[in-house]
Amino acid sequence: MAEYRLTTPLDDAAVRRLRAGDRVLLSGRLYTARDQAHKRLVDLIRAGEPLPLDLSGQVIYYVGPSPARPGLPIGAAGPTTAGRMDPYTPALLERGVKGLIGKGRRSREVREALARHGAVYLAAVGGAGELLARRIKKCSVLLYPDLGPEAIHVLEVEDFPVIVVNDTLGNDLYEEVAAQA
Amino acid sequence: MPNVREVHVDEVAGAVARLCRQANYHLPEDVTRAVEAAAERETSPVGREILGQIAENAGIAAEEQVPLCQDTGFTVVYLEVGQDVHLVGGDLTEAVNRGVAEGYVGGFLRKSILAHPWEGGNTGDNTPAVIHTEIVPGDRLHIRVLPKGGGSENKSRLAMLRPADGLEGAKRFVVETVAMAGPDACPPLIVGVGIGGTFDKVADLAKRAILRPIGRHHPRPEVAALERELYDEIERLGIGPQGLGGRTTALWVAVEIFPRHIASFPVAVNIQCHSARQAEVVL
Repeated sequence: MAEYRLTTPLDDAAVRRLRAGDRVLLSGRLYTARDQAHKRLVDLIRAGEPLPLDLSGQVIYYVGPSPARPGLPIGAAGPTTAGRMDPYTPALLERGVKGLIGKGRRSREVREALARHGAVYLAAVGGAGELLARRIKKCSVLLYPDLGPEAIHVLEVEDFPVIVVNDTLGNDLYEEVAAQA
Repeated sequence: MPNVREVHVDEVAGAVARLCRQANYHLPEDVTRAVEAAAERETSPVGREILGQIAENAGIAAEEQVPLCQDTGFTVVYLEVGQDVHLVGGDLTEAVNRGVAEGYVGGFLRKSILAHPWEGGNTGDNTPAVIHTEIVPGDRLHIRVLPKGGGSENKSRLAMLRPADGLEGAKRFVVETVAMAGPDACPPLIVGVGIGGTFDKVADLAKRAILRPIGRHHPRPEVAALERELYDEIERLGIGPQGLGGRTTALWVAVEIFPRHIASFPVAVNIQCHSARQAEVVL
């Protein structure tokens, strides 16, 4: 188990070095997206329309933050369950997304797509929304403000802590843990 | 009218608003103690680390009056209305929803409710609440607010078992449900189980089970024994905090029972994540 500090957009070689169980501190820009934002992006892809943002090398964080108190950049901002995004994820990986942050298991299709596209799935601690918010320095809405907490936000993070669950070789940390139990 | 006490619905609205904020900023004491106790018993280093982060997160949320988790839930409100209470000044349901709106908008809590299940449209104030009202003896009004997160609610299950499946079938269903929830529902969990009643009653039992304070077993010895047995079996799953391994998969298992129809053996499991928030007040 290794520890890395990485900055987004992620470099292909750095992503391929990561192994399930490694700890990563991420800095740079993360894009937020949940169920409805995923649907809108994938509907555009399926319709052959251009995407409103360049996803190559980017990291998507599955989060719907709570509103910020005055003077703070963001409210609580922990990960939501990643499995709900499974139907949309392969299409976004095809567009160059290199990292996904959430909590919980991914489907076989997503794990295969991660390996195929050289991308990783990372877990943040669910339910520690304020602890994670302290690593988020800026937050602004980029797209789909009508979706409220489900809008696509841009986050600037510093040393945002995650654990590699699915790496580019097809390893799965949750399965490894279950096999040891 | 002798012995009838008037309660203005504005007082109810104000109390609900305060409870929404309080529940979302403060992890209940029993849950905090259970997390700390689990950290001491946890053998997995990463498990201990995560339990420590959960406790630290709760400390920050309480100190800064910010929500413990960004998912501030579907607001479930339990009202026990004394039969000698006379509610005045307006509609009770409207007052509860007014309180939820005020609590969520003014308290910087997330608004997670879509007005229509498939046509969407965020209601913008987290209303409507799910309201359960009971008429009870006395002249008091008890209000309990449970902000129920979506991630753990999604992993809850209900089965109408055959009487032949019986208690053994119910146990298998409970353990299987926790195994299926795995890392997705933010373990360590509080597992609420209902057995008996009808389709709707058993779900209500399971949800009320998660309201019971951690550490207080069911008063009936056979039910308490079942709670202990299920806890041990769930511990053996080895899912651990956040599904990263360890013995702390559940902080608590609570079972509520009700008489059943001769043809049915209903069982329901309501999964609650470690951010097990609730707050109550008596007016």
